[in-house]
Amino acid sequence: MSFSTLASDWQCFDFAAGFHSVHPNEIRDVLDRAGSQIPLDTRDLLTLLSPSAQDFLEPMAQIARNLTCQHFGRTISLYAPMYISDFCCNHCTYCGFNARTRFPRTRLTLEQIDREARAIADTGIRHILILTGEAPDKTPLSYLEDTCRIMTRYFSSIALEIFPMTETDYRVLKQAGADSLTVYQEVYDPAIYKTVHPKGPKSDYTFRLLTPERGAAAGFRAVNIGPLFGLGDPASEAFMAGLHARYLEQAFPHVEISLSLPRMTQAGGAIAPRHLLSDRQFVQTLLAWRLFMPRLGITLSTRESAAFRDRLVPLGVTRYSAGSKTDVGGYAVHPTQNTVQFEVTDTRSVDEVADMIRHSGYQPVFKDWEIF
Amino acid sequence: MTDTLTLGNRQFTSRLLTGTGKFASNDLIGPMLAASGSEIITVALRRVDLQAPPRDNILTHIPEHVTLLPNTSGARTAKEAVRIAHIAREAGCGDFIKIEVITDMQYLLPDNHETLKAAETLAKEDFIVLPYVMPDITISRQLYDAGAAAVMPLGSPIGSNRGLEMKSMIQRIIDTSRLPVIVDAGIGRPSQAAEAMEMGADAVLVNTAIATAQDPVQAGKAFSLAVTAGRMAYQAGMAGRSSQARASSPLTGFLQE
Repeated sequence: MSFSTLASDWQCFDFAAGFHSVHPNEIRDVLDRAGSQIPLDTRDLLTLLSPSAQDFLEPMAQIARNLTCQHFGRTISLYAPMYISDFCCNHCTYCGFNARTRFPRTRLTLEQIDREARAIADTGIRHILILTGEAPDKTPLSYLEDTCRIMTRYFSSIALEIFPMTETDYRVLKQAGADSLTVYQEVYDPAIYKTVHPKGPKSDYTFRLLTPERGAAAGFRAVNIGPLFGLGDPASEAFMAGLHARYLEQAFPHVEISLSLPRMTQAGGAIAPRHLLSDRQFVQTLLAWRLFMPRLGITLSTRESAAFRDRLVPLGVTRYSAGSKTDVGGYAVHPTQNTVQFEVTDTRSVDEVADMIRHSGYQPVFKDWEIF
Repeated sequence: MTDTLTLGNRQFTSRLLTGTGKFASNDLIGPMLAASGSEIITVALRRVDLQAPPRDNILTHIPEHVTLLPNTSGARTAKEAVRIAHIAREAGCGDFIKIEVITDMQYLLPDNHETLKAAETLAKEDFIVLPYVMPDITISRQLYDAGAAAVMPLGSPIGSNRGLEMKSMIQRIIDTSRLPVIVDAGIGRPSQAAEAMEMGADAVLVNTAIATAQDPVQAGKAFSLAVTAGRMAYQAGMAGRSSQARASSPLTGFLQE
């Protein structure tokens, strides 16, 4: 059974009624079990994401901190993203890379990729995330393979956040040195998915939904998923992402599964978010996921502000990006500040983020993986 | 006579093995080692930055008299574990190797089959092989035949602090193994470490419970005392350890009369 079957079963569920039926006593019961390390089920996840659970954020946070500390220690891993091309043939209504947005597009040459990699590695970062838009004619498999090979000279872990591929193509990139895959479903609600992806290859909901499975089957050691908060109802999207993570964890026990909480900000030439995720809901989602899956990786990008990121260290996050530039060539080739993809709101350097983590009583970990 | 733990050609007085993972700061490792008296510490090679210059190389925090036990964490196959062991040796980490071949990321459970294959290869190359395994007497015997220096059955899943959930299986290994038995993983409290030692384990490995304590140095000391107490109790032949019931007044004694 693929996740597609499970997802379509839940798509018939009345989430609004389900969330509102949650009684505070049920939340207390879930917290008792989570605190005693008794595994939670999907109904418990629904309970923790309900509006009533917002009154229990402090006890949820206490349990989340303990569980995270137990499984990951007092450590936070660091990584940096590298955008290598912003050509894109998709029409995502919420994205600045949208094919209809007019701006000078860039694709780095292999020599430029090498310069960018060197600049990032000089900051101490050893885990890299490679990003592109979807334009297979501009960034064909051979180009991505060459990119991965260059990265292996500088980094001990190479993650991909590129367009969905076949399992065969993923195997090629794994052979070239990539070890992890990030792919966001963006929105689990199929009706909204269709509206915001009107044209282009990304309009195929199911092909994207099954991408993490193809990556896991291809042998990536880690897979990172998540919804883009702002498109659908936050609580039901968080629930579906949690369900997806648990499905992957059980179907591929050798793969490390992690979730991210990207939330929309205003990107140039794009629609405004329909369902803003408040800071309270953000924290609630993070905590609910942690209690539901104690060993889950949770990733936090520099989309979030420095002040907010500082507060999230003990709440269950396991990985922070740092010193991020989100424009193509932003580290060494064309160093600027602005981008149409999304604004970096935590603009601190890698050293500054590492210091903040130390001051919070945690160890910043630059390297926790290597393909030998 | 001194009570020592022999692993390969080396002897140790401490029966508490520790780890380098999960500390809030690597600066705590030295004081923890001093307080606990631990003479062997494990380190995941995948977390060591072998490129120069190291920003915060874990290895610089380990005093010279403490034996480094590199582990193959991250390996999913015997082949990968063997490769990591080779790199550890080339990097100057010595001949000890803890084999960890883990194929379940939820509970970090080891693959005994691949672990045995790696142990066979590495023992032939004169490594002092300490394999982390699911408690199983067959694997324990096969590891002896393969030339391993010890067997390291898990007490409960890594980092779970749930203690000796596999107690009866571990007891069977202790009773039958010709290799030293080091209970690894899941020991969350000093009392659980003492329990393993009372059962006759030769040593325990404790990482999470020490590293994530509010005061890891004090926790290291507490575990050290518990291990010593448990060992003494075992050597003292405390009543009640035997799995066979032995009534203080024999019920069938009259038959001898």
